[in-house]
Parts: sequence; C-alpha cells; structure tokens
Amino acid sequence: MADNAANNDQDAVIRVRGLENRFGNDVVHDGLDLDVRRGEILAVVGGSGTGKSVLMRSILGLLRPSGGRIEVFGRQLRDSEDAQQFMSRRAGVLFQDGALFSSLTVLENVELPLKTHRPDISTQLRRDLARSKIQLAGLRASTSQKMPSELSGGMRKRVALARALALEPELLFLDEPTAGLDPIGAADFDRLLHTLQRALGLSVFLITHDLDTLYAICDRIAVIADRQILAAAPLSEIEKLDHEWIRSYFHGPRARAARQQDSATG
Amino acid sequence: MRVHDPSADKAELVFQPDGDGRLTARGDWTLANVERLNNQVEALSGQVFRLDASGISRLDASGALLLERLLCRSGQAAAESGLTGQWRTLFDAVDAACDDRHEPEPQREPQWRQILARIGRAMVEIAQSTRELMNFLGITVHRFARTLVQPWRLRMTSTVYHMEQTGLDAAPLLILLSGLIGAVVAFLGATVLRDFGAELFVIDLVTFAFLREFGVLLTAILMAGRTASAFCAQIGMMKSREEIDAIRTLGLDEIEVLVLPRMIALLITLPLLAFIATIAGLVGGLVVSVLSLDINLTLYLDRVQQTMTLKHYLVGVLKAPIFAVVIALIGCLEGLRVEGTAQSVGEHTTTAVVRSLTMVIVINALAAIYFMEIGW
Repeated sequence: MADNAANNDQDAVIRVRGLENRFGNDVVHDGLDLDVRRGEILAVVGGSGTGKSVLMRSILGLLRPSGGRIEVFGRQLRDSEDAQQFMSRRAGVLFQDGALFSSLTVLENVELPLKTHRPDISTQLRRDLARSKIQLAGLRASTSQKMPSELSGGMRKRVALARALALEPELLFLDEPTAGLDPIGAADFDRLLHTLQRALGLSVFLITHDLDTLYAICDRIAVIADRQILAAAPLSEIEKLDHEWIRSYFHGPRARAARQQDSATG
Repeated sequence: MRVHDPSADKAELVFQPDGDGRLTARGDWTLANVERLNNQVEALSGQVFRLDASGISRLDASGALLLERLLCRSGQAAAESGLTGQWRTLFDAVDAACDDRHEPEPQREPQWRQILARIGRAMVEIAQSTRELMNFLGITVHRFARTLVQPWRLRMTSTVYHMEQTGLDAAPLLILLSGLIGAVVAFLGATVLRDFGAELFVIDLVTFAFLREFGVLLTAILMAGRTASAFCAQIGMMKSREEIDAIRTLGLDEIEVLVLPRMIALLITLPLLAFIATIAGLVGGLVVSVLSLDINLTLYLDRVQQTMTLKHYLVGVLKAPIFAVVIALIGCLEGLRVEGTAQSVGEHTTTAVVRSLTMVIVINALAAIYFMEIGW
C-alpha cells in the first residue's frame, strides 16, 4: 500500500489538530497533530502513559478532549456524542481484550452492530453476513455458536475483528491487537490484518508495542512523546531520528531481532 | 440512524432471460444495498445465467458474499466474472474464507423435553450445591479450629477491614430500618389492642418482637442482601482474574485468607448489630408510644423492664452466630463458584443473596418452633 499512501498525500481520513487532553494537573496531550491517510496502516507507538489510548478514545468520542479539533472524513466532530454516533457507523474498533459481550454467542456478537444499525436486513441474511465476517476473520463457521468464554485469547480477538468489520467500515481502530498472543498467533494475526486491510481497502489506526507488527505490516509510524506526536513517518525514517526514547525503542535488542526476522522473511 | 449513502439507489442486477441469459451486476454492491440485492438474488432461483460483474462501481465484503453466491450458482470462475483490480482482490479474499457456509443450524429439542431437562438440572444442582455447602462448612470449621489453636494464622487486618465494611458501615441503615419497623409494630399493636382497652400491652408486643425475633432477623436479612452479595462479588471478581489461583500457587489457603476473615468479622459484627437493631426497634416503639398513644416515658421504660428477661434476649441472640456463618459461607462459596465471565459474577451474586435469605428465614422459623416447644 506504500504507493497508494504516497499518491494520496493530502488525503487524510482522520485529521487531528491541536488536541489537548488534561486530567486535573496532568497534561497528557498538548497541541497534538496527527493525520491518518486513506488506505494506510498507521501505528501509534510511545512509552507507557504517553496517552496512546487517550488519543484513540478522543477520536472515537469515548472521551471529551480538553481542546483541539478532530476531523474524520472531512467532517469536524462537534462533541463526543456526535463523534460516537458518527464513528459507530463508519469505524470498527477492536479493544485490547476483544471486549466481546460475554452473554452473547460469537454469532450474536457479530450480528449486533448489523441489528442495531440495519434493522431492515432480514434475519437470515444478517446471519449469513455475520457468519461470512467470522470466516473472513479466519475462524471456522462452527465457532459461531460458542460463547466468548469458551474461546482462546487469539480467537476472541478474531471475533472482535469480525464484529468491528460487520458494518463494512472504512476505518479500523485497534488497541494492541497482538498483546497477550503467542508469537505465532501474533504473526498470524498481523498477516490476517494485512490481508484484510488490503482486500477491504481499510485505513487502520493501530496502537501497538509489538515491534514485529511494526516491521511486518505498518506503512507509517507515529511516535508519541512529550505530549505531542514527535514524528509520523515510515519506519526507515523514524529509526534515524535522534531522540532518547526512539533510540532505546528501535535500537534495543528486541528491535534488532524483529528487524532481522523481517529481513529474513522478506 | 441508518447508513444512508446518496448513491445507494444505483445498485442493481439486470437479467435478460432471452438470448444467452446474461446477468449484469451494476452499481454499488455494498452493505447499504445488501437487503435489496439479496432479494434480487433470491428471486433468480432456478434460472440459468452468466454473471457479468464488470459494471460494479463499489464492492465491500457484504456485496462480495452475494456475488460469491451468484457465481457459485452459475458455476463460473471468478476470472470469468469481469471483476478486476481491487474488487477482484476483495472478492478472492471473501471467496477463500467462505466455502463451508452452509453449516447446519443446531437442532433444538422439543419444548416438553427442555422443560423436563430444566427441572432435572435444577434438582441435581440443588443436591450438588447442598453437598458443596456442607463440604465447605466442614473445611471452614477445620480452618477455624486450626486458627483457634494457632491464633497467629488469623489475618487481623483483613478481619478488621471486613468488620468495618459489614458492621460499622451497615449500622446507620440498620438503625433506621429497625426504628421504623419498631414504630410500625407499635402502631399496629395499638390499633388492635385499643378495642380491648389494653394499649399498654403495645410495649410488651414491641419488646417481645424485637428481643426474640425482629432484632436479629432484620439484621440477618440486611446482611444477606448487603454482605452476602458483597462477599460473592469480591471473591467472584478475584476468581475471574485468577487471583484465587495465584493465592494457591503461593502456597496460601484461600479459605484461610479470604473466607475466615469474612466469617469471623460477621460472627463478631452480626450479634452486635442485632443488639443495636433491638435497641433501635425499642426506641421506635417508644417514640410512637410517647407521641401518639399517651404512654409516658417512665411507664414505657418500667414496662419494658418488667417484660424483658434474659431468656427472651437469648432466644434472639443465640441465632445470630448461626446466621452469621450461613451468610458468610454462602456468600463466599458462591464467589468461589464463579467461572470467568462478568455474567457469571452476576448470576452467582443473585444466587448468594437468594440462598442466604432463604436459609435465614427457614432457620429462624425452625428456631421459633424449637424455642416454643421447650417453653422459652
């Protein structure tokens, strides 16, 4: 997708300008700017407590920013309620542990967004659509009758991905999708994400700590530090930046391993 | 609320039955149009056709699912459909994922069998949970006895914390409830006894009621609602976050760490609360007697002193430790039976309250009969 992203340099689906977030005396964001371009996978990285999740929650309208402007698809979000309304139809969200509704089966979980926003779709078709999303997320159709508590962590994330895709969003938000997965499961999930992103033409906002994910699938990387976006650029440029956190993050032993693995697998 | 795309009306499926049976798909094959397109697809059943999808201007996974069905029926390969570029990539992804989509729906049992099965399950469950409760009682008594011999094993901080939570914090509410019920009992008694000119016996009624039954029963009911649920939810959350497993792997005993402090706290606070409730009930009766029944304060206190004997008080307060054990054990046991999910925590909390309430009232009734028989 690199060429695609380059072509649409001005084509930002999310435009965050001058975002401020403070909790009491604690300033999390101060004049933060960020663009997510159409059809790219943007990874947001940063140390613990730098406000990655706060940024995502602000864009989604789950949290009211103290100041600043957020535009999604060229439409400025007036307030958090407006944002929630708008985002619930145009964006899919995958929360850290899946956030599946534990009282519903897998199929019912995936059906729920369709049921809420598209009551005109017949039950049979809705089930078929939900089932196809479950399969798209790489699960067998027989999983659909299970309860979330019967699933492994990796499967729960896949169901959550299927639910996030149910309304055919153009935007996908992921909060640490590979956290808590074993390396093989994490690599599988990365691959699935990449395939789906290409096939469905999604723009992806991804919070991660996983260096393998960064090297394997991300088009651009935004680094949050000192209450702002320090840089948002392809990995090769970010690595060259001279900043303490970036150095220790990208040039530590784990980063070297991830880079080697990436160049080995192509 | 609905996603409304202005271009939504463009999507269509045109079928020319005569000639070569060409079926042309045009427009936006997206979720916005999926219901209408599906109806058109369904209407084609039994027809023979060749699909031409080159006119599709937008496609998403929902539209691709319908296309996949059409191609499946016409027996065409994806390459012959006229789909190109990005849409072809999307279609292939959906096509590859959805091959076993005709999974049979699970069969449902007939209604009468479901009802019978539920009754049976409930019976087995009652038997099982009674056994579990007995088992749990046994273990806890064993740990309790061990703590008596080795008192340093007792978790002092935790015990005091729970005494505050279950005792001190519940006291204001309990005083309010008992006081009001004492007042109501006095009113009720006065209404009946006035006809016999025996209004004075209102005092006897309130004293008897609160010493023997209401003081401790009200406390136990409040504790069953307030404390059993709290114990169950606390331990249940710990169970679902694997904290109980952590306790075990650290070589600690969850009964000793979690259950004993709660039970001992309740053993101490419930009799104390019952005493407070009794006093509050008597005061409630007193207020009504003095203010609206023309019984003066001295007379009330004098009469209470005459009626009140140690025997009556013991009938009430002897039940308190039993209730304390029942409430604490049921609350903790239900908490330990939680399995993983938030829903399970809710279910078990309900069970804990219902069961401890039932047990309290049943035990109270049995005790009333017993004390009556022995003439107390």
